[in-house]
Amino acid sequence: MDVLVCVKRVPMVGGKVVITADGQDVDTRMSGFTVSPHEECAVEEAVQLSEREGGSVTVLTLGPPEAADQLRDMLALGAHRGVLLETDGREWGPIATAAAIVAAVGELAPATFPLILAGNEAADTGGYQVAIRVAHALGRPCVTGIKRLELSGGTVRATREYRGAQEVFEIPLPAVVTVKEGINLPRYPSLPGRLRAKRADITVLRPQWQVDDLRKQALRVPPGAARRAQILGHGAAAVPALLGVLGEFGVLPTAVRDGGDGAAA
Amino acid sequence: MSEAGAGAGAGAGGAGGAGLGGGARGGVICLAERDGATIAEASLKAVAFAASLAGPATGVAAVVFPQLGGAGTPELDAGVLADCGATDVYLVQAADLNAYAPVAWARCLEQLVVSGGASAVVAAATDHGSEVLAHLGAMTGLPVAANCISAKSAGLSSWQLVRQRWAGSVLEDAVLEASCALLTVATDAVPSPSASSPSASSPAGVDGRSAMHVVTPVLSQADLLVRATESAEQSSGMSLATARVVVGGGRGVGGPDGFAALEELAALLSGVVGVSRVVTSQGWRPHRQQVGQTGTKISPELYLACGISGAIQHMAGCLSARHIVAVNTDADAPIIAHAEYAVIGDLNEVVPALIAAIRARST
Repeated sequence: MDVLVCVKRVPMVGGKVVITADGQDVDTRMSGFTVSPHEECAVEEAVQLSEREGGSVTVLTLGPPEAADQLRDMLALGAHRGVLLETDGREWGPIATAAAIVAAVGELAPATFPLILAGNEAADTGGYQVAIRVAHALGRPCVTGIKRLELSGGTVRATREYRGAQEVFEIPLPAVVTVKEGINLPRYPSLPGRLRAKRADITVLRPQWQVDDLRKQALRVPPGAARRAQILGHGAAAVPALLGVLGEFGVLPTAVRDGGDGAAA
Repeated sequence: MSEAGAGAGAGAGGAGGAGLGGGARGGVICLAERDGATIAEASLKAVAFAASLAGPATGVAAVVFPQLGGAGTPELDAGVLADCGATDVYLVQAADLNAYAPVAWARCLEQLVVSGGASAVVAAATDHGSEVLAHLGAMTGLPVAANCISAKSAGLSSWQLVRQRWAGSVLEDAVLEASCALLTVATDAVPSPSASSPSASSPAGVDGRSAMHVVTPVLSQADLLVRATESAEQSSGMSLATARVVVGGGRGVGGPDGFAALEELAALLSGVVGVSRVVTSQGWRPHRQQVGQTGTKISPELYLACGISGAIQHMAGCLSARHIVAVNTDADAPIIAHAEYAVIGDLNEVVPALIAAIRARST
């Protein structure tokens, strides 16, 4: 089966987010980019499927020319073909992105992609909707947030967790499925995989940007993230003070809970 | 049963037609999810959020769908929803609709929007709420603003929003232009209905109750194609999401063998172990123990983060913790900026000493 996986290039963020001076983007000068985590798992799932049952894995992303780097990262994991929907770097909204993906699916014929995979939500914009919009435009059923995926015949059995229970969906192919991290453990790229990815041709399409009715004005970091912890001490010597704090919070075993005296030990 | 608008019939105990708020146009619709026999806490917050959007003369209709095996108590629901500002409660009933079915739920909301002329549809940004509103957006071609923490009308069909990006580590100011605003609410970041009093600003239901209506959507087979069944398989043990104490372990634990002490400490504190993304990516612990943007969001009384640097991906999962205490060798780690108290030191020294001290104390 030929599987299409839609991924997003997102800033790699560590301990702190810095917003650019114009308030429009996350500052990536010191960090770089990666593939959004749920989507890396979608690629791994597709690669495992192709290893088990044959077929191909096509990875698609919409982004600036540099997003080809993320496609090559996914080719190194075992995907067979990369497709870049090239933009001028402006942020695309979910409606425009979904329309571009739908158009690309048409242009990539004769491949029909009975299964289209994506991440449940992008790490940065967190819109939760591109794959569902793609599914509606293609007239396909869609399930989201999936943690276990089983294919038999023309049926997808997909499982996710919700409020402590397991929800199971069974839908026919062709279908659109979004997955969450935890469905698998993505592999590290092999050296031959990296070499193959470096040489691979990337298919480039250029979709038409369209204005979104949800318009970003500015990004900011929420206030209150800049306090500093009170240091209770160093190493095991800090344990009595730590015990006192846990006593104040009321989380110690109830046997001798005495609210405060513990700190004096 | 009367038929109205695009096919959503209303009747049975209601105050007449399907128009929201007793017929006034421009009302706000809110998806109210059940959690067992009650309305989910996140949905109560979403209803209060919806009430804050509605003008003084417009209604707020909470829409309740049937759930698997759960009857619920409509009268009780109506009282609770009225307390959050709902003027009307729509109980959805349809053949073959007895479990979560995202497209069918969205189709019903679409019919209510058309028949009642709603100005906004709101849902808690849960997996169900986010999914149903995305389907509604796809059906109608309307934009969906996900994870809002505030919304204000800015004129006809225009809204000024603040929404979360990066699971709350970044906020976005945005303008939404839409005939009907579709919004999901980041309910972790908005106040509980009891803390604010949204119902004071909106017309209370008669006798402090919401008016109840039974709604029967017109559904095709395609709308019902995706339907959930619940597996008998139960998740075992205490839930990370609801634990009162979470003992966290990160890269500083050093490997898969280092978690025994954290498990022992968690058990002593009647809590559970949570881990950072590094730990699950390395395969040291299963993903279901991950706290973070791509794992579980926790809201314990105490989060004791051991050997965790505090990347924003991780902190997004513990923003709701009441108290954070860090144990870390690096006094400049980002976690120190998020914690209330910190011990600077190696967790492999501090944790066993803490376990010994707790044991000594309670014997």
